[in-house]
Amino acid sequence: MTREEIIEKGQVVYKKPTLLNDTPMHYCPGCSHGVVHKLVAEVVEEMGMTEKTIAISPVGCAVFAYKYIDVDWQEAAHGRAPALASATKRLWPDRLVFTYQGDGDLACIGTAETIHALNRAENITIIFINNAIYGMTGGQMAPTTLLGMKTATCPYGREVSLHGYPLKITELAANLDGTCYVTRQSVHSVAAINRAKKAIRKAFEYSMQGKGSNLVEIVSTCNSGWKMSPEKANKWMEENMFAFYHLGDLKDTGADK
Amino acid sequence: MKGNEAIAHAAIRCGCDGYFGYPITPQSEVLETLAEQKPWETTGMVVLQAESEVSSINMVYGGASTGKKVMTSSSSPGVSLMQEGISYMAGAELPALIVNVMRGGPGLGTIQPSQSDYFQACKGGGHGDYHLIVLAPASVQEMADFVDLAFTLAFRYRNPAMILADGAIGQMMEKLVLPPFKPRRTEEEIIKECPWATTGRVGGRKPNIITSLELRSEEMEIINLRIQAKYREIEEKEVRYEEFMLDDAEYAIVAFGSAARIAKKSIEIARSQGIKVGLLRPITLWPFPTKEIQTLASRVKGILSLEINAGQMVEDIRLAVEGAVPVRHFGRLGGIIPDPDEVVDVLKRSF
Repeated sequence: MTREEIIEKGQVVYKKPTLLNDTPMHYCPGCSHGVVHKLVAEVVEEMGMTEKTIAISPVGCAVFAYKYIDVDWQEAAHGRAPALASATKRLWPDRLVFTYQGDGDLACIGTAETIHALNRAENITIIFINNAIYGMTGGQMAPTTLLGMKTATCPYGREVSLHGYPLKITELAANLDGTCYVTRQSVHSVAAINRAKKAIRKAFEYSMQGKGSNLVEIVSTCNSGWKMSPEKANKWMEENMFAFYHLGDLKDTGADK
Repeated sequence: MKGNEAIAHAAIRCGCDGYFGYPITPQSEVLETLAEQKPWETTGMVVLQAESEVSSINMVYGGASTGKKVMTSSSSPGVSLMQEGISYMAGAELPALIVNVMRGGPGLGTIQPSQSDYFQACKGGGHGDYHLIVLAPASVQEMADFVDLAFTLAFRYRNPAMILADGAIGQMMEKLVLPPFKPRRTEEEIIKECPWATTGRVGGRKPNIITSLELRSEEMEIINLRIQAKYREIEEKEVRYEEFMLDDAEYAIVAFGSAARIAKKSIEIARSQGIKVGLLRPITLWPFPTKEIQTLASRVKGILSLEINAGQMVEDIRLAVEGAVPVRHFGRLGGIIPDPDEVVDVLKRSF
């Protein structure tokens, strides 16, 4: 049976979202970015927002997000995506505006932009990929790197005396009056993927309803940076990352507003 | 009104869509006036106080990416913080307005007037090969007039433009005629006029991407060459300057902004003593009036570059003059404005 025949007979069980184009992704095998890209593309499409979406990409592994998801994109300087998003949303209030950022971009160099955009209650969503490492530059320590975790710039493991503590910026965000929905998800299993998709949808809907800022953290693997097989990285994430970065909603005031 | 207030009123009147800024002396009246005028209730203009100059310039980057007319203003230390964003905007070829009401540096320096950011404004400032279109107002009237002019040039060439003023022009009160009111463009007009802008894929068009990134060297060279060709066109077409008493002049002063006002007074004093001196005032600092100064050098015996800095524009004058006549510099530092009489003394001593 050809592809067309399968489609004709209504037997399609799975199809990639139209907004996700056929450009081969530069992400490493096992990386979470591909899955989250798919979820974002699906949600934009399902909400019928293709013609009204303006996305902001970061500096880091997801810098080229604009090559894969067919919406309008602005490529920001390192850490500055929430500033671009703030202006864009205020100037085009009926557009769906979201940023897509990693932990180095969002929780380190862009901490000020992140906190202030969230606390100004900008009607935007920040998709935050937390893999506890700088992937693009080759696996250096991030603000989110766990204690004891080895990276290129803490080769003997992260130590409090040398490097301080890992930053739980999502908990910080949940304490801000400007945030509406703050959640921490993952995409390591089918059930987790389904939950993450629902979270992204909820965040996008809240931002379109003008309920304030929304932060969706996705605790992710970086098997290249962690120097593990994809399978082992998933297992390590479940045992170590989830123990520190607890999954679930941290705040949801959407229903009250 | 004050020069800074004139900037704010002119922005509202020229159909500006958004202002993003952070307070810093001596230009905080721009944001204060906008906040007091509440243009979001009249023209619909967005006014936002950012958490830093880093953030305000990136808000301008985001806003400009959508084809809207957006601007920021700051003073020297704040503009230093903005250099990253300005470089990105030049790289992504975005139209926007940055106002620098200069104060003395280096470092935290002083809050008194200075022209010591000439290099930063005219030679790039941030990383990479780029230029801003730089306009230098010498009066409160020009503070107002140059807002619309800067936006016009910025959109014509898809390049950030800067108004390079100083604390004296910003704080000075003068009478002025405010420019006529121009409505903001509608979203439909923006989508039509800026087909490159990230407005959402209206009508199902292909995605628009605003970026300054290209990892393939061959492609990045092509992008750079295209941008350089644009700069050559700007140099060819957009040079602006004013001539003052140059017809019979034996000596010339070249000065911009508040220094040009002092120069005019010095020329008056010098002429009363029989010294035939005139002024060439660059209005665009980039593109610089190189050809005009070259021509001037063939008519006069010497040129004095009067600047409120340690000698920055004088380098461009010397490049234009190519040794044809002596070129001297005079300037005061630390926020001190030169006295017209001391400029006359310098003229006498120099030539």
